[in-house]
Amino acid sequence: MSASSLLRRVSLVCGLALAAVAAPASAAETPAPPHQKWSFDGAFGQFDQASLQRGFVVYDHVCSTCHGMRSLTYNDLSGIGMSQKAITDLAHSKQFPGPADEDGQPTTRPGTPDDHFKSPFASDAAAAAMMGGVAPPDQSRLALIKPHGADWLYAFLTGYRMPPPPGAPMVPGKFYNEWADGHLIGMPPPLVDGGVTFPDGTKATVEQQARDVSTFLVWASDPHRNARHHIGKGVVLYLIVLLLLAFAWKKKIWKRLDGN
Amino acid sequence: MTKPNKPGQQPVPPAEEGSGLAGWIDRRLPVISGFRAEYIDFRMPKNLNGLWNFGAILTVVLLLMLATGTFLAMHFTPTAAEAFLSVEAIDRQLPGGWLLRAMHMTGANLFLAALYIHLFRGLYYGSYKSPREILWISGLLLLVMVMATAFAGYVLPWGQMSYWGADVISKAVGAVPVIGNTLEHILAGSDHLGDIFLHRFFVIHFILAFLVVAVVGIHVVAVHVAGSNNPVGIEPKTPKDTVPFHPYFTSKDLFGLVLFALVFALLMFFWPGLLMEPDNYAPADPMHTPADIEPEWYFLPFYGMLQSVPSKFGGLLAAAGSLLILFALPWLDRSPVRSMRFRPICRAGLLVLVASFVVLALVGKHHAQGNWMALGRLATLYYFGYFLVLLPVAARKEKTRPLPASISAAQGDA
Repeated sequence: MSASSLLRRVSLVCGLALAAVAAPASAAETPAPPHQKWSFDGAFGQFDQASLQRGFVVYDHVCSTCHGMRSLTYNDLSGIGMSQKAITDLAHSKQFPGPADEDGQPTTRPGTPDDHFKSPFASDAAAAAMMGGVAPPDQSRLALIKPHGADWLYAFLTGYRMPPPPGAPMVPGKFYNEWADGHLIGMPPPLVDGGVTFPDGTKATVEQQARDVSTFLVWASDPHRNARHHIGKGVVLYLIVLLLLAFAWKKKIWKRLDGN
Repeated sequence: MTKPNKPGQQPVPPAEEGSGLAGWIDRRLPVISGFRAEYIDFRMPKNLNGLWNFGAILTVVLLLMLATGTFLAMHFTPTAAEAFLSVEAIDRQLPGGWLLRAMHMTGANLFLAALYIHLFRGLYYGSYKSPREILWISGLLLLVMVMATAFAGYVLPWGQMSYWGADVISKAVGAVPVIGNTLEHILAGSDHLGDIFLHRFFVIHFILAFLVVAVVGIHVVAVHVAGSNNPVGIEPKTPKDTVPFHPYFTSKDLFGLVLFALVFALLMFFWPGLLMEPDNYAPADPMHTPADIEPEWYFLPFYGMLQSVPSKFGGLLAAAGSLLILFALPWLDRSPVRSMRFRPICRAGLLVLVASFVVLALVGKHHAQGNWMALGRLATLYYFGYFLVLLPVAARKEKTRPLPASISAAQGDA
C-alpha cells in the first residue's frame, strides 16, 4: 500500500471518528439559551462599567441575601469603577464577627475593604438547613462554571413563568423556570420590576436587572478580563513586530548559504 | 557584531582569553570558551527544519514555568481547606497574580504540546537510533517526569477536577494486584484524599520541576556529544553539511520562539477558555461526584487506553506500557535508515500511529462508551503493534528508498 493511499485512509478514519463525536454530543445536550449581545463577548470584549455598577446593586440588594461570593473582597469592587470611599463605606456597613471581649463574649466589628464579601449564612450546612436542603451556590465563579454563562443567567432570571404553563409539573415550594434543571427550582423569582433603584436613573425592569446582574456575575468570574484583553493587544502587536524582525534577520543570515 | 562565520569554513579556535578577569575565570572554569564552543561555533546540520525549534522552545517554557511557579508557590496554601481559596486569592487579589497564573497554566498546556511535537519529530526522523540512545532515553524520562509534574500541579488548586482526577488515579493504582491497596494508601497518605495528599503533591510538584532541570542538563549534554539528527537522517560528512550554531540557529530559534510566544499570547490573553476546565473552578467536594470526570487533554490518550482495556489492571498496564515501550524503541527498530523519508511503509505506519493516538484521546473523552470502546481497543492494539511488530519486521523486510550521498547532496547543492 502506498503512503499516500494510507494517508487518505487515516484522514478518512479521523474524519469519521470526529463526525461520530460531534453527533451524539449535540443531541444529548439541553437546548442552548438564546444568545444575547454582550459588550464583553469575544476576544476583544470589554465590560460596560455602568452595567457592572448596576449589576452590583442587584447583587447587593437581591442575590446576596442568599448567595455568598466568598472569593471576592470589597476592594475588588474597584474593578467595576467603585471609588475607594464607596468601597470603605460599603464594607463599614457590614458587620463581621470580631474578637471576643474581656468577658469572652463574642463581638462584632464593622467590615474593612480587605474583608471578603460577607456570607449570608454561617456555613453551607446552615444554609442548606434554612433553604430547604440545598445551599444556594456560591456566585464567585458561577458564570464560569455554568455552561453558556451569561446567556444562561439572563435566560434563567427572565425564565420564571407564573402561573406555570398548562401540563407543567407542580410541586409545592418549587417554581417553574424554563431554564432550570427539570424546569423546577426552589428559588423564588428574585427579580421584580422596580425591585431595586439604580442610582444612574436607568429603569429597573426585570430584563434590565437580569442583564446587569449577569454582566456583574461574569465580571466576578473573570475580574481581569478588561486588563487581559487590553494588555493582550499590546503584547500581540509587539510580538508581531518582533516576529517580522526575527524573520528578516533569519532570512538575511541564511541567505549567506545561497552564495556557495 | 563579530565577523560572520562563513559556512564550510572550519570553526575558528576560540580567541585567546588570556588577559583580564574573563581569561582568569576561563582558565579555572572554562565557562566562556565552553559557551563559545557549544553555542557559537558548534556545528549543526544545515538542513534542520522547523520541528527542530522545539528543543529551544521547551527550554524557554521550562524556565517560564519555574519562574512563575516559584512566585505562585509563595502564595499557595497546601491544605484541603485553604488551597482553593489561596488560588482564588492569587487570581483575584494578588497584584498581577492573574497574569502569573495564566502564564503558568498556558505554559503547562503548551509545554506538553511542544513535548509531543518534539517526541513526534524524534519518531519520524529516527532520532532514537545509534548513537543517540541515551539522548532518547533521557528525553523520555523527561516526558514521564513532566507528565507527573503536570498531574501533581493540576491537583493543587483543589477544584472538583483536581480532586476527582486524583481519585481516579489513586483508584487505578489500587487495581494493581496484591500490593494495590498498599500503593493506594501510600499515594493518598491517609484513608481519604485530604491534607496529607495535597501537601505531598505540592512538594512532589515542586521537587519534580527542579529535577526536570537536572535531566534537561543531561539531555542537552547528550545532544551536544552526539550532535543533532536531521531530516535526512545521515550524519554530516564534511563541513559543507553544517553551519555554526551562531548566527544560523540563533536566528532560526529566535524566529521559532517568537512565533511560539505569539501563539502563547493569543491563547493566554484572548482564548483562555480553550485550555481551561470550568469545573475546576468549583471547590473540591468529596460528597459530590461530577457527571463527567475528564483529565486534561494531554492525558486523554492514556485515559482512553485505561478505559478501553477490559480489566482495570490491564488498562493500567496498557497506559503505562505505552510509555515504557518507547524506552525500548532503539532496540526494536534495528533498521540502519533513520529518517522516515526513506522508509515508505514505516512512514505510513507512523502516521497511522499518530491517528490512533488522536483516536485514543477521543475515546478517553467519551469514556470508551459504545463504539468508542471497540475503536479504543483497535487503536491500542495498533499502538503496540506498531512498536512490537511493524518496526521490527520492517527493519528487515522494508525496501527503503536510496539515501542521498550527503546532506548537501540532499539539498541539491553538492
